[in-house]
Amino acid sequence: MDALIAQLQRQFRDYTISLYQQGFLDDQFTELKKLQDDGSPDFVAEVLTLFFEDCVKLISNMARALDKTTGTVDFSQVGASVHQLKGSSSSVGAKRVKALCVSFKEYCEAKNYEGCVRCLQQVDIEYKALKTKLQDMFNLEKQIIQAGGRVPQVDIN
Amino acid sequence: MVCEMETDQIEEMDVEVLPSMWPENVGTEADKQFNVEKPAGDLDTLKEVTIEETPTIADLTRLPELMNSTQQGSSQLTNLVKQWEYMQDNAVRLLREELKNLNRQREEAEAKELKIIEEYKFETNEPENVPVLDETSDLFRRFRQKKRDALVDSKKIEIYEEFDTVAYWKQKALNLEKMLEASTERERRLIEKLSESLKTMESQSAPVQELTQNLKRAEGFLHFILQNAPIVMGHQDKDLRYLFIYNKYPSLREQDILGKTDVEIFHGGGVKESQDFKREVLEKGKASKREITFTTDLFGSKTFLIYVEPVYNKAGEKIGINYMGMEVTEQVDKREKMAKLREDNAVRKAMESELNKTIHITEETMRAKQMLATMSHEIRSPLSGVVGMAEILSNTKLDKEQRQLLNVMISSGDLVLQLINDILDLSKVESGVMRLEATKFRPREVVKHVLQTAAASLKKSLTLEGNIADDVPIEVVGDVLRIRQILTNLISNAIKFTHEGNVGIKLQVISEPPFARENALNADTEEHEQNENAIPCLFKKYMQASADHARKYGGTGLGLAICKQLVELMGGQLTVTSRVNEGSTFTFILPYKVGTSDDYSDDQDEFSDMADHQSEPDDTAEGYFQFKPLLGSIYTNGGPGIGNDFLPHKVMLTSPIKLINGFVADPSNNTGQSEMLQLENGGYVDESKLETSSGHCPESAHQYENGNGRCFSKESESCSSSQASSEGGTLEMESELTVSSHTEEEKAETDLKETPKPKILLVEDNKINIMVAKSMMKQLGHSMDIANNGVEAITAINHSSYDLVLMDVCMPVLDGLKATRLIRSYEETGNWNAAIEAGVDIKTLENEQVSVRSTNRLPIIAMTANTLAESSEECYANGMDSFISKPVTLQKLRECLQQYLH
Repeated sequence: MDALIAQLQRQFRDYTISLYQQGFLDDQFTELKKLQDDGSPDFVAEVLTLFFEDCVKLISNMARALDKTTGTVDFSQVGASVHQLKGSSSSVGAKRVKALCVSFKEYCEAKNYEGCVRCLQQVDIEYKALKTKLQDMFNLEKQIIQAGGRVPQVDIN
Repeated sequence: MVCEMETDQIEEMDVEVLPSMWPENVGTEADKQFNVEKPAGDLDTLKEVTIEETPTIADLTRLPELMNSTQQGSSQLTNLVKQWEYMQDNAVRLLREELKNLNRQREEAEAKELKIIEEYKFETNEPENVPVLDETSDLFRRFRQKKRDALVDSKKIEIYEEFDTVAYWKQKALNLEKMLEASTERERRLIEKLSESLKTMESQSAPVQELTQNLKRAEGFLHFILQNAPIVMGHQDKDLRYLFIYNKYPSLREQDILGKTDVEIFHGGGVKESQDFKREVLEKGKASKREITFTTDLFGSKTFLIYVEPVYNKAGEKIGINYMGMEVTEQVDKREKMAKLREDNAVRKAMESELNKTIHITEETMRAKQMLATMSHEIRSPLSGVVGMAEILSNTKLDKEQRQLLNVMISSGDLVLQLINDILDLSKVESGVMRLEATKFRPREVVKHVLQTAAASLKKSLTLEGNIADDVPIEVVGDVLRIRQILTNLISNAIKFTHEGNVGIKLQVISEPPFARENALNADTEEHEQNENAIPCLFKKYMQASADHARKYGGTGLGLAICKQLVELMGGQLTVTSRVNEGSTFTFILPYKVGTSDDYSDDQDEFSDMADHQSEPDDTAEGYFQFKPLLGSIYTNGGPGIGNDFLPHKVMLTSPIKLINGFVADPSNNTGQSEMLQLENGGYVDESKLETSSGHCPESAHQYENGNGRCFSKESESCSSSQASSEGGTLEMESELTVSSHTEEEKAETDLKETPKPKILLVEDNKINIMVAKSMMKQLGHSMDIANNGVEAITAINHSSYDLVLMDVCMPVLDGLKATRLIRSYEETGNWNAAIEAGVDIKTLENEQVSVRSTNRLPIIAMTANTLAESSEECYANGMDSFISKPVTLQKLRECLQQYLH
């Protein structure tokens, strides 16, 4: 059993580190983890759930605003949504999403339709990828806890 | 006879008057248009003849003389004579041939006659029948002799002939007679022909006529060629006076030209040059060509290609020059245009490549700057963590050595922070991101405030003076933050390098250019050894006067560069004059506008606050301030002097130099203790307390000053050691250190115990951010109220009092900057009018609370996303006290709370 826990823990550690190394996450996520204590054991999961819900909402907002068939493109609305998304992703440490949002915002300010659409697609892909990765990570965490082990603190540096 | 004819004709030539070479109808006008059609300058052989005919053309005597005396003239004559001789020879030869022919024919005829005579033996009887020319009489005699010789043969022949028939002889005689007649007739015709041909020869070969015709042809040819050619020809004598000139486009009369030199005739550019050129040719004796551009009143600007050759007389002496000029203005123009085009092309190409290079370099530079800015920003966050932690550490129990080490650590960290902030500032200015505000402000207050702040950290016995001319308006419009930054920078430099005497700011209006304002900062002091040659590099980045200076005074070396850039950004200029041992004056001139009274800017509050605490109303017009160190023995120990008066009570309890842009700055030992000393020193305690209680100094202004005057803290560090040794003495220093550590400990304890739970308001629209921030706050042991936008924030502030507001900058409905301005306006005026005007729905509330609230300044901390639009400057300008860059971290929050919640 201990061996399994150790293996899971190692797996978890490696996986987490890979997420940082691949640029999915940054230090802000570590910050988030620090906030999770006995008082709020599912803090990270809650925040992230909120974040992904937010993503779905904002992306569909933007998709609607960028839909040419419904009329003119409302760049200011897209901009507002991007700003929101940027703030959220920055707060949870979703590094790639945040980086995309930065260039998305620039395209938006430049009223570059093509660029905006491309960014929107990328953001969509990126947040889904992150979601999958994080789900995997949470699954690992769960497995460790089920096996009776402790989720290890992962030192990124 | 032929030879005779030749000489005759030459003699005749001298006498005969030849007609003009040119049509006569033209010749009559020749006088008016000098030498148009009369090429007086044409040095033809028979020139003098022409001149004789039209005697109005000048210099009748000189030309033949010239013709006779010059080599050219004589050689030309010889040529013509030779040619004529040759032609005469030819004619003679032809005549002789003709004569020979005739003679031969005659001989033949005679031979025939002889034969006939012999045949008929009539010769003796009819010698007269033989046609005779005078010259051939002897020939006839020879015939007779021959006849006799041939007699024998003829007798033999006669034997066969039947000459007895009469008819035959008769017939024969008749035939012979006819033949004879024909022969004589032919002879006569030949003679006629001969004489005729002789006659025609005589008339045709008259040399004068022939030569005249030749000349006419030549002249016609010349005329034909030259009539439209843009050519000037002439002959000038040794003194370069014109003797002859031919000019296609004459504008002067002949008499205006002949006998004069170029210089006498023309005035303008090129005349002298051509004259000199001619003289040169004359002196060198070598023909040569040159292009000369004339600009004369007479014919404007024209370029001539000039050919000049020297003229010699027969003795080989120079007697003048021949000169020929062709106008090539257009060609030269074209050529020059082509050259210019080619040159332009080359230049453009060079410029293009240069530009490409520059663009490349600029791009690189921009990238590098961007990089630097980003890097600096990235460095700032962890560094502030280090400094902040060090500060916290300094609040714990430490022994003396540890504290000293810690101080070094903090001051070094602070120095790096300062450097990074400078770099950020500079790169902002350079990349054009720096934006200037146009707000109304009171220059007197700015000057006063800068001096106050400087005095606050003054550790030398310097007098700070502010001198503002009466005509400086009470309020002007400009970017007060930047102006203050410049002043603070210059003043701090001045203080830093001045060891005793005065440091001051003079402010005056200079009239030209319109509404320019001069801020002259006088450092009339025994200045630091600023060498003249150090001045050029004063404004350069990272440059200090010398390596020694850097060691002695510290500093980043960016201060003046930033000042200069800022002044230039505002459309002014910063200059420095300096004399060793007498001080330096930095002068900057800025254009300014006078604000209109109705334009009540929201940004005003900061300065109105300042005005508030200056109770006297006529303070605004005060033009002179002076700040002196109060008591040297105490204050030279490194404490803030008068500046303390303006520090709020809160700050008095801690170290006076506080958070800068949310980062902990230098909690300098010296300053800390000096306050302690002050507190212990009865008299001053009272005063400072009085000041603080009566005039709650707005924290924003104070804070800002600190932010701007960061160099002070740093400077105080760099100077402290030297001062300790020179003024206070080490003993004193050490005793202070212990005291200070003790008090600060106390302070920390009381902080923990006594502070009631602070009320914090978070204004943020992003719920994830809210969630994260709230959770962090919880970990730090605080709870927060939440407002989702500026309007909600104002409503919340209106309803209850807060100790700290964390304000997102970019929010829907009402953004953080505007909300802050409205809150400040409320604090200032005690009412929400500005907010109501802005459309915020405020329910009027208890007036008491409002009045109480209005006296306190609510710390508002911005939360920025670190975009260019959300610059820290903008936050300060809108009345915020500090800012936290997003994403918010535990560390940042903790630092912030430590600074603002006590």
